[in-house]
Amino acid sequence: MPFRVTKALVTAAGPAQRRLPLQTLTDRDGAQKPALAIILDELLAAGIEQVGLVHARGDRAAYESVLAPYATKLTFLEQPAPLGYGHAVLCGREFVGHQPFLLQVSDHLYVSQAAESCTRQLLNLAEAEDCAVSAVQPTHEGQLQYYGTVGGTLAPGRRGLTAIERVIEKPTPTLAEQHCLVPGLRAGYYLCFFGMHVLTPALFDLLAAEQQANPGAKLGLSPSLNALAGREKYLAAVLDGRRANLEAHFGLLRAQIALGLNGANRSDILALLAEELALAAETKKTNGAAKE
Amino acid sequence: MTPSLLSLLEGRDSAAAPQYFEQLCRASDRATLETMAAELEAFRRTTPNFYHRVRALFFLEAIHRYFLPPHFPADSAGSIPFDGHQHTLERRFEEAIDIFLRHQRDHGASDALSSALAAAYHGLEFKTLAQQVQKTVRTVRGNQWMFRTGHPLDYPLRLRPELLPPGGDAPAPILFEETPVRMDLSHAGWSDIFFLGMDYPEGAKVLNLSIDLGVFGRDTTTRPPVCAFLRVIDEPVLRLVSVDLGASADVASLADLFDFAKDYLGLLKAAVIASGLVPSGLEGSGHDLADILSRLAGPGRGLELVSQVRDIPKGSRLAVSTNLLGCLIALLMRATGQTGALTGELTEPERRTVASRAILGEWLGGSGGGWQDSGGVWPGIKTIEGELAQPGDVEHGVSRGRLLPRHHVLDDSAASAATRQALQDSLILVHGGMSQNVGPILEMVTEKYLLKLEREWRARLEAGDILRGIIECLKTGDIARLAELTTRNFFGPIQTIIPWASNAYTERLIADARKLLGPAFRGFVMLGGMSGGGMGFWVDPKEKPRAREVLLELMRRTKRELQHALPFAMDPVVYDFSLNPHGTFAQLLTGDRALFSPEYYLYRVPAWVRQDPRTLPDAARRDLERFLARHLGAQNNSGLSTALLHRLFPPQSGGSGAAAGRTLRELLDENGFDPLQHEQIRSDLLAGRIGLPQNRLPVSATVEDVRPGDVLPMYSPDDSDAARGGELLRAGAVAVVTLAAGAGSRWTQGAGTVKALHPFAKLGGRHRSFLEVHLAKSRRAGRAAGAEVPHLFTTSHLTHEPIRAFLEKHQNFGYTGPLLLSPGRSIGLRLIPTARDLRFQWEETAHQVLDVQQEKMRQSVRKALLDWAVKTGEGRDYTDNLPAQSLHPVGHWFEIANLLRNGVLRDLLRDRPQLKHLLLHNIDTLGADLDPAVLGRHDREARPLAIEVIRRRLEDRGGGLARVGGQLRLVEGMALAHEEDEFKLTFYNTLTCWIAIDPMLALFGLDRAALADADRVAAAVRTLAARMPTYVTLKDVKKRWGNGQEDIMPVLQWEKLWGDMTTLPEANTLFLAVPRPRGQQLKEQAQLDGWLRDGSAASIDNLCAWE
Repeated sequence: MPFRVTKALVTAAGPAQRRLPLQTLTDRDGAQKPALAIILDELLAAGIEQVGLVHARGDRAAYESVLAPYATKLTFLEQPAPLGYGHAVLCGREFVGHQPFLLQVSDHLYVSQAAESCTRQLLNLAEAEDCAVSAVQPTHEGQLQYYGTVGGTLAPGRRGLTAIERVIEKPTPTLAEQHCLVPGLRAGYYLCFFGMHVLTPALFDLLAAEQQANPGAKLGLSPSLNALAGREKYLAAVLDGRRANLEAHFGLLRAQIALGLNGANRSDILALLAEELALAAETKKTNGAAKE
Repeated sequence: MTPSLLSLLEGRDSAAAPQYFEQLCRASDRATLETMAAELEAFRRTTPNFYHRVRALFFLEAIHRYFLPPHFPADSAGSIPFDGHQHTLERRFEEAIDIFLRHQRDHGASDALSSALAAAYHGLEFKTLAQQVQKTVRTVRGNQWMFRTGHPLDYPLRLRPELLPPGGDAPAPILFEETPVRMDLSHAGWSDIFFLGMDYPEGAKVLNLSIDLGVFGRDTTTRPPVCAFLRVIDEPVLRLVSVDLGASADVASLADLFDFAKDYLGLLKAAVIASGLVPSGLEGSGHDLADILSRLAGPGRGLELVSQVRDIPKGSRLAVSTNLLGCLIALLMRATGQTGALTGELTEPERRTVASRAILGEWLGGSGGGWQDSGGVWPGIKTIEGELAQPGDVEHGVSRGRLLPRHHVLDDSAASAATRQALQDSLILVHGGMSQNVGPILEMVTEKYLLKLEREWRARLEAGDILRGIIECLKTGDIARLAELTTRNFFGPIQTIIPWASNAYTERLIADARKLLGPAFRGFVMLGGMSGGGMGFWVDPKEKPRAREVLLELMRRTKRELQHALPFAMDPVVYDFSLNPHGTFAQLLTGDRALFSPEYYLYRVPAWVRQDPRTLPDAARRDLERFLARHLGAQNNSGLSTALLHRLFPPQSGGSGAAAGRTLRELLDENGFDPLQHEQIRSDLLAGRIGLPQNRLPVSATVEDVRPGDVLPMYSPDDSDAARGGELLRAGAVAVVTLAAGAGSRWTQGAGTVKALHPFAKLGGRHRSFLEVHLAKSRRAGRAAGAEVPHLFTTSHLTHEPIRAFLEKHQNFGYTGPLLLSPGRSIGLRLIPTARDLRFQWEETAHQVLDVQQEKMRQSVRKALLDWAVKTGEGRDYTDNLPAQSLHPVGHWFEIANLLRNGVLRDLLRDRPQLKHLLLHNIDTLGADLDPAVLGRHDREARPLAIEVIRRRLEDRGGGLARVGGQLRLVEGMALAHEEDEFKLTFYNTLTCWIAIDPMLALFGLDRAALADADRVAAAVRTLAARMPTYVTLKDVKKRWGNGQEDIMPVLQWEKLWGDMTTLPEANTLFLAVPRPRGQQLKEQAQLDGWLRDGSAASIDNLCAWE
């Protein structure tokens, strides 16, 4: 059976991310829409046919109201209690069934620097390699505290692909240096998750086993991804694009700028930024003169 | 290069028929040795292999230090280029070697030049080795990031959320770590030295036990000896507290944090850095510590880090400081999420990271131990072994072994519970009271290993066999056999490799314990690098309670007897110990349990109580309340209230000297202290009329080497001189005067022991003191002549009573001739140095530059010492020490003058009117003896003074024989205006001086009859003293405090020196050039090994008659 991905899981149940995906942004084409809609558009454009949205208890109505245009392709999956990211993913088990799927977070926007979207790039790779692939991004060790990090060896003859041997959630640089060094990166940089994965249904078995082993505990995704790396071919890919983390400090602003600069209204955004900078400089100068 | 030399360098010689470099050298003549040196020099410059290069350097040093010198003629005149020496001091060894080799090509080889080359090769060897270890420890994975994190924005660590304050009045949780220390039953010939393990991992193996301790008679239980605490505080500082050292500081800047020697908190600072809490890369970055702390723990917050050694003194040989470092690093790594678990034990990879960070921390703090030292981080009994470097390791391709060894914790099958119990029941762990620097021993081991000396190599193999035997004993539970093996190890391989690992104290304890305990005595085990401090005695377990009492009493008694001869830092102790099954272990103390140790509060509370309550921070107030409620309010607070009262109102002591028996005032009065002269010296000093810069001759003085004919060579004895000297000896015309008033500051770094009594080496089958050696030479000379030789020892306030008591106890060592002490009649009171003199000493005189990190430490110490001098008051009396440590002898010129003043010479001449000459020599000039040929020549020349000089080597510093402004005289090193002038001088002053009594008296304006007139003698001495220059010197003096802690302070004193008698034209001094062994002096204990190896010890033994 060919390795083809038609379903996607998007998680929006994290306590900190429940409202972010509903924030309105202007997309690359100049249309105003909620961040989540921008994500869904990219998924559907990339060939995904069905999207499962994992949300927290009580949030369904809010999402339904803004995502009405996607109703036919969208399945709402409720996470009954905040039991961890792994648990949120596990909530999509039935929806996904026995086929590979795309997993994406709802508080990141992806801005491709190539003709194809980041999602499509990842799907292409997974389908070509016939295996699970996680998108990663070289990340400075000062940021490791925010991300799952992978260690492994370069996949022979495949530029930008790493065979994952180990996944560690938010490692300290001490641990990262011991287990996550990947050849070819600048000193102090590691491959950290990009928030976008193509995974095989075997992951659900691993998550379920993990849940059974530690009942009641918060279920992370990284331990199961680490186990997945021990079981089957699992690659990390550096995509031609960047992520904008809405949750970060000034995250929405940066995401908007990134979208704007990579879209049809690029020159408007540039003019706007130049104007703001000039005004700021002028104000500073005036204030400085007043003090003198 | 010959194939045999190459195979030795590459360590390829076969195990079946091993070859030895020393054999090759001994069989070679001078030309062959010189060719070998040239080949080795070329080889080391081209070989890509690190250890081949290092070994070639060791071979080169050995050739120049030991094998070439005997081939040079006795009167080998050679010079050492000063700029080469400068490079050596600045640690630019390669440049130094280039200069010396060029000089050798241009001017030929010489003994002097070989000594300079040996020193430069020696420096390069250890620099190269240390750099390799430092490089490896920096590049070990898990440590690298700390060196590249240079900006707060890149700072990657966050505090574990469990440690954050819960808010309100609830106390911040405290993370509490306890760590055992390590005790090694064998280190298989110091095989845990990094350089050995990295070159010869197969031979690097130790058996290492993690133990808890209690002091016998004081503690009811055993506990991990080191512990540390961490909590979040509401101030953006790092509050560092060392409970046992009574030191604390709020570190608010990165500069303060990286200043290790500023206070006693260097170890805590090193832990903060090595744990990554504040990464090394931030040093000198100019960023704010508060920014880092804010990222770590939240805005406005900081951390309080507390360390505590539970009353285990220094020198325990249990690696207390390394394990405390490990404890602190583990604690900080846990707190910053660098370990999986916040509490409990660590995993094996985490322990390894802690161990590698501890090595890093030791390097940062300018110290270094062995790789087994952090063993307390692991649990129970373990073997620690070297490992071959594998592809992918940072060591691979550089050294054969890895930096970090492999730990293997023994399970029940390797050491059953019963065996563990039997081991604890059979071993009595003690601290003998000595606390010595083990550093020189580790250097010697490294050198001997890399040279692969035959005896030492065989001993190393035997040590490996013994270790395997010990492990087997643990398996079979045969503790009695184990005791035999560790005893054999001590008396066999350990002392074969390093004789200095033993000492007279230890061997006496073993012999006496064997006698006192009879069959209950089972054996001895040396712990760590050397004996005298932490040691173990094996006993019959049934007899352990009695044996403990017996040993404690024995150690106390023996220490009292030897305390003037050997450097003791404290009274001996016996420990209770038990194996620790956890290794380093942490708990989180929350709520009511969030308290530090009672000792912490005992240290902190007095300061809080004295503080104005209105300014006491809320946090301290809450701490105080909790402590009062929890500890003081408790039912069984076991004397805590009393202890607190003692801290609040320290008992009044009768001045610093009460304990030592005599007060400073009494000592000054008894020893002829001259208060008027003292005030004059102080005012001259403060006015800048005297001082270190003023010791120097005028810049315009010309200093030249001797001319032909200035010195009389005495290399081949003249028969008629020998006959004449023999005649004088038979007639009883000669007495020996040994200068023994000094403390030998360099010998024990100012410990205040009596150098004359130091049993420094085994000669004639047992440890002998300098005093005994000198008597044995006089005995032999007397016997040969058939007449008794009077022997005098000059003494001072510091040395008189110990020497007298020692001679009395040993019944003069059976010396039958007249044996007299000449007590001091002059004394000085040490002064706090001026900042000007300290700066001059450190900046204007050439010094050995240290390794980068040690140099930082030194700069930091110097800053602290300058502050101390200025704050305490420049030129004030130095009285903040034991009285005897506050006084100083005033130079050996007075030791001869005292002979006249105290009546000893008068009485001797009355009893022996035939006496015509004195042989005067330093306590450490072991080769000085009554050689009839030299005596005969001195008598024939009929001059007042004849002084023996030797050809200079690099290590012979401090002046020499010169023509100063045309006049032939001895000149002190500190009097030379230009340091390079000393390098022009080819003869070194041994201070061995033949004195013709009557002409010498005439120099004082006296004769034999006048000696009876005390006033006339005193006036004569004063008059001549006024013509002698006064030198101001800085001497290191040790101040002991706490639990075996020592501070070394530079203090100022003054002296007049006998060598300046040669400036008197009427002295008409004769200078005799004698063979080197006759004039060689032992100034530092680190010289001993070379002295033994180059045959000097054997030649001294030949001069002695012990019975």
